[in-house]
Amino acid sequence: MTDTLHTRGRFTPGTFRPAPKRASASAMIAAQGKAETVLFLRHGEQQLLSVIIPLAALILTARMPVISEQTSLAQLFPMVLAIATSSSGFTGQAIAVAFDRRYGALKRTGASGVPTSTIIFGKVIAVAAMAALQILLLGAVALLLGWRASPGGVVLGLVILLIGITTFTALGMLMGGTMSSEMVLALANLIWFLLVGAVGWVMFAHGLDNAGWYTAIPTVALAAGLTDAFTGVIPWVEIAVLAGWAAIASALAVKWFRFEA
Amino acid sequence: MVKTFGATTAVDGLSLTARRGEILALLGPNGAGKTTTIEMCEGFQRPTAGTIRVLGIDPVTRPEDVRARIGIMLQGGGSYSGIRVGEMLTLAAAYNDNPHDPEWLIDVLGLDGVRRTTWRRLSGGQQQRLSLALAIIGRPELVFLDEPTAGLDAQSRLAVWDLVEALRRDGVTVILTTHLMDEAEALADRIVIIDKGRVVAAGTPAELTAGDGASAVSFDTDTPLDTAAVPVDGLEAVRPLTYRIPTAATPELLATLTTAAAEQGVLIRRLDVDHRNLEEVFLDITGRNLRS
Repeated sequence: MTDTLHTRGRFTPGTFRPAPKRASASAMIAAQGKAETVLFLRHGEQQLLSVIIPLAALILTARMPVISEQTSLAQLFPMVLAIATSSSGFTGQAIAVAFDRRYGALKRTGASGVPTSTIIFGKVIAVAAMAALQILLLGAVALLLGWRASPGGVVLGLVILLIGITTFTALGMLMGGTMSSEMVLALANLIWFLLVGAVGWVMFAHGLDNAGWYTAIPTVALAAGLTDAFTGVIPWVEIAVLAGWAAIASALAVKWFRFEA
Repeated sequence: MVKTFGATTAVDGLSLTARRGEILALLGPNGAGKTTTIEMCEGFQRPTAGTIRVLGIDPVTRPEDVRARIGIMLQGGGSYSGIRVGEMLTLAAAYNDNPHDPEWLIDVLGLDGVRRTTWRRLSGGQQQRLSLALAIIGRPELVFLDEPTAGLDAQSRLAVWDLVEALRRDGVTVILTTHLMDEAEALADRIVIIDKGRVVAAGTPAELTAGDGASAVSFDTDTPLDTAAVPVDGLEAVRPLTYRIPTAATPELLATLTTAAAEQGVLIRRLDVDHRNLEEVFLDITGRNLRS
């Protein structure tokens, strides 16, 4: 390793002549989004929670012998999408934001003159990139396993998924932006297990098309909403539940979010 | 400006001005309010009372406009924990239209060996040097350096001082905080001593360390000096091997002293003539008690 420093008087005059010039907003957003995406995708735990576990869940449950009529792929695939997006949007973002705050990343970015909105855009791009990866991988495997939907159903499903990703990301930002990193590490994983457990239990015990009051749980709402959407039915109740959670989480996040730990 | 946190007053009616193109050092003990002052100028904290202008812009209402033209080195750094040195500099460069070359900064700040190392695995000194690079990468008009050499080894410290001097030479205004006397004395055009949120002294290093009439010569020797055999008035031992002459230094006085020491076979190891160092000034002003 060369870690040596150079001796005195090595800077030619004029080297540091002031000439600040901000890059364009689009260039800053592109750079921020790229950096956030690389960091998010490179994180091993993120890949495990956001891609590997949902993939394994999809393949294993689809091949389970106990599979009944109501727990067909038509419900398994939406459940797995709900697991995947709650993982990347909620747990992933909560932990990422909490550690960004702990290590002073957001303050540093602000210190470099990056507007707050650009920082948020960067996070949105990272979540969108992860979501695209999840949709491609999980969708391809689901198709291989025999899952089918009409083109209209797929478009409607993508809209519902987008709403769900927004909801979970807002919840993740709320937790990651307000609590200590240790607390987030413990709670974000615990809550994710509860959210995943809830959607799995509702599907196997009641069926996602018969979730009742459990629809108030965001993962259940997303999975049930996707199940309807893929068949071409607009799931108004589930949309209302997801939008409600997103609105509450966003309002609280805007109020309490702290850039510094 | 004034800043209070609950019942605690961090900055208490502090007022200061930096001139364009100078190095201004804010010197003070821990908890004096240096960082709070700087962060109000950077728009990270809102003053409880008072007004601030940085390059003519109010950082309270337009923090992003201020930060677009200045460079900031945060105390203790700040970065994405998993980002690599090279990636962080490339990202910071991308915020600007004509940044310094990240590769060049890696080279001049001695980060070549750690360019693929993530932030959280860097040593404190490496994090400090990366933070300095982030502060200057956008060719700023003014830089705030909060404790720029904390945790650096002597070699790195000299390199940072060299860079700060080059910034000033090229017309960049530098405002730095430090609790290191030698750093303030060596670098700053003007020093503002802050204690308990107030300015307690300000001036050039020469003004602050100028004698107050109590001129004296002090020196250390390798073996005891027979003071009675030295023809100098008032010479006395302060403690073993350390002596003091309470009169202003003249070339003749020093010649007499060194001749007498030579006759006794005594080596003078250190000799100071009437120059209060900044540390003495600082302790005289801020008091000699340890702060809680």
